[in-house]
Amino acid sequence: MTRAFLAILKRDLALASRAGGGGELALVFFLTIVVLVPFALGPDLNLLSRIGPAILWLGALLSMLIGLDRLFQGDEEDGSLDLIRASVLPLELAVLAKGLAHWLTTGLPLALAAPLLGLLVALPGEAMLPVAATLLVGTPALSFIGAGAAALTAGLRRGGLILPVLVAPLTVPVLIFGVSASNAALGGTIPFATPFLILCALSLAAIVVGTLAAAAALRQAQ
Amino acid sequence: MRPPYPTLVLDVDRLACRRGGRLIFSDLGFRLGNGEAIALTGRNGAGKSSLLAMLCGRLRPDAGTIRIAGFDEVAPVEVSHVVGHRDGLKTTLTAQENLVFAQALLGEAFLSPAEALAAVGLPHVAALPVGYLSAGQRRRVALARLLVARRPIWLLDEPMSALDAAAQAMLSGLMRDHLAQGGAILAATHGPLGLDGVRDVRIGP
Repeated sequence: MTRAFLAILKRDLALASRAGGGGELALVFFLTIVVLVPFALGPDLNLLSRIGPAILWLGALLSMLIGLDRLFQGDEEDGSLDLIRASVLPLELAVLAKGLAHWLTTGLPLALAAPLLGLLVALPGEAMLPVAATLLVGTPALSFIGAGAAALTAGLRRGGLILPVLVAPLTVPVLIFGVSASNAALGGTIPFATPFLILCALSLAAIVVGTLAAAAALRQAQ
Repeated sequence: MRPPYPTLVLDVDRLACRRGGRLIFSDLGFRLGNGEAIALTGRNGAGKSSLLAMLCGRLRPDAGTIRIAGFDEVAPVEVSHVVGHRDGLKTTLTAQENLVFAQALLGEAFLSPAEALAAVGLPHVAALPVGYLSAGQRRRVALARLLVARRPIWLLDEPMSALDAAAQAMLSGLMRDHLAQGGAILAATHGPLGLDGVRDVRIGP
């Protein structure tokens, strides 16, 4: 069973790294958004550094949505999902492996790139690590909320547009606590740990609920 | 010599299929035991692929049951190989990588991916991405999946399509070996399978 779990994880990582895998696309999209915002706001460094964490979080959220619709759709179209259904692995664990691979190829690089992109929005030095940390613990929630929605739209031909509409409202709590934890690191009355721990809790809950929901959606016949 | 497969019977009872509100077929029943082969026939749209989709758990029956007789906790798909129109291969992965993945997923490893590719007559494509292969070669890589893991029931959808005469004979040989070891085969097909003693199950008129 462990072998099948690792096989799915390894295969999805390999697919993301091959041509057309879309592994680096999210990162480039993240960069694009963060670069565009200062142009739109003008050269007001105080304003930029005040809303910097919000920009990074919004950018990360939108970048995570890129390519999310392909999470199960590709497997559904070419019949790999039938192979996964026929495997010795419970569908929940297969979803967990795919969600984990999605996070490793999109969420993790975004979190690692965040301090670098923080420079573009004049993020103060002491806030760089906290913002990256919030993204690190918050992006798994986005991957797994997205997995639930991606499983629902796996059988749809044009599911790519419905998916962000389904996912965005569900990510509001993650966004709120992600940005407020980042802002707490910039100063203010709230200690950093309070919203940060709630963010951790949201991620852990999303991993469980998203996995179960996605497996249930995949089991439900077309 | 490989040990024969355990005794089991795939029992399909009073099955009905409904797609988009329309009744495709109803009251379909058959049993498939060790060493037996069934050719599933019927006109286009009669529901052959839908029946296979139900057997592999992708579609839910409208009525009736599909089970392995005597083993109610075993889903038929857990003891079955499925090779259908959608070949289950990733085009950017090599044939070897696709088979290694299938072997890890399906459990009970049998031939190694390289041996399986040699058995279907494609030893030279192991390192090629599947996207570069022709339709017939892809079908053969998908059929090699039948050999990397040992499962008693083979569910095949139009297994002979896209195969040339030599490959069809090769597949008939693989199926004969499988039946001789006590395996079972259910194949939706329009043409002959090249096997003796195949039972016909016809869906629809």
